[in-house]
Amino acid sequence: MYSKEVMDHFMNPRNVGEMPDADGVGVEGNPVCGDVMKLFIKVKDDKIVDAKFQTFGCGAAIAVSSMITEMVKGKTLDEAMKISKEEVAKALGGLPPQKMHCSNLGADALKKAIEDYKQKHKN
Amino acid sequence: MECYFDHVATNPLREEVLEAMMPYLKEEFGNPLSVYPLGVRAREAIERAREQVAALINAKPSEIVFTSSGAEANNFALRGIAFAHQYEGKHIIVTRMEHHSILNPARFLEKLGFTVTYVNPDKYGMIDPEAVKKAITDETILISVIHASSEVGTIEPIKEIAEIAKERNITFHSDGVASVGNIDVDVKDLGVDLMSISAHQFYGPKGAGALYIREGQRIIPLIFGGIQESGRRAGTENVPAIVGMGKAAELAKEELPKRMEHVRRLRDKLVEGVLKIEKVHFTGHPEQRLPGHASFCVEYIEGEGMLLMLASKGIYAASGSACTSKALKASPVLLSMGIPSHVAHGSIVFSMGMGNTEEQIDYTLEEFPQIINRLRELSPYAKGWGDMEDGGSCIQKK
Repeated sequence: MYSKEVMDHFMNPRNVGEMPDADGVGVEGNPVCGDVMKLFIKVKDDKIVDAKFQTFGCGAAIAVSSMITEMVKGKTLDEAMKISKEEVAKALGGLPPQKMHCSNLGADALKKAIEDYKQKHKN
Repeated sequence: MECYFDHVATNPLREEVLEAMMPYLKEEFGNPLSVYPLGVRAREAIERAREQVAALINAKPSEIVFTSSGAEANNFALRGIAFAHQYEGKHIIVTRMEHHSILNPARFLEKLGFTVTYVNPDKYGMIDPEAVKKAITDETILISVIHASSEVGTIEPIKEIAEIAKERNITFHSDGVASVGNIDVDVKDLGVDLMSISAHQFYGPKGAGALYIREGQRIIPLIFGGIQESGRRAGTENVPAIVGMGKAAELAKEELPKRMEHVRRLRDKLVEGVLKIEKVHFTGHPEQRLPGHASFCVEYIEGEGMLLMLASKGIYAASGSACTSKALKASPVLLSMGIPSHVAHGSIVFSMGMGNTEEQIDYTLEEFPQIINRLRELSPYAKGWGDMEDGGSCIQKK
């Protein structure tokens, strides 16, 4: 059902946990529907230097969260904003059709985290 | 260690069953309608199987119609009775505990102009016979209530509901797919008019099912064609599968007390161990339930993640979470029992069979708490649901 990459990121998720001193936090999803992603980013000189996540959801949701935290590290905020759900899914070796919304959720949580950072650092 | 705990999904084929089937997959290939010996032997094999299946549920052989599956039997019952009685009334009663193979034919019948009442269970997944009674109208022609739930294990009060149906002269069907072969089922004692059966639920082959139809019941076939199954189900019979179902029924009848005791012991041990984990709730009725069935909701995490991590340890279970269903909706059965959907996503079902051992339970009780902890470490709700309702108020602790 899942690709090798999905299973790897699900079984050995990277960057798990809370980030108390995060510069931006994004939450996307709804536990009523079954998936919630919380993404934390640390920003320095307009670049994401660290990212962490907490996710309530299926194997794909956890793998997407893990992959996206890996993908954003070292990227500028503008580059990170452009990460699409397709790119995340592709990096994971593809997702089953009914799980594509999980990668959507990941990309949206990331955008919210970046917006949260920008909101907090307007000046 | 490999532990198969998904016996409500399917069971392995018993060796004796395979042996009984083999001749009919090879040299005994005749068409049961043919008059020469090859055909006659196939015919006889089917009739023997009919006797074996009938004996398992205390029916007459002539009251058994073979089908391709439990789902077909359910479709046959609902559509067959609805069409046979449509000029007497167009109201049907089913419950929210039913399998899709009852609910979807019911929806189909609604589109054809029938009206359907869906009776809700209580928090144990139990249907109140009085609620069924209240749903009856002068138009009611059929009541269908599942015997035992494969999702939460609850065994419904079929006998009481059958009495209510009988008083009002309404045909009563029960889906016995999860119960027949796993607990004592006596159709005469229960008082049902129809009951669906599936062979692979009691170590028979897949592709074999049956519908018990009490003598004298009118029913319209689902499949029209030849005169097989007394004209009630056309199509050349799946002789090997039917023979296998018969053998499996015979073994189930012989071994039932032993089987029930075996799985009950393992189930009780598993339940006791799992309920020691914090924020894990037992689902379904604590006593009135399938003996090998243990079902839970684990708070703050989601079912598919649990299944995948358990599978990586060789433990195979099931879940009613949204993420394990293609429809991406939490189990309607759990929701109808009043379990909030965020809690229902953490559903997990272990169903025991004859192949399971005490060592497997010990192993699972070692691995499962670790898996729950690991997933909770990943969860943003590890410290609680926040302002959402938790599972405690709506699910009973055993």
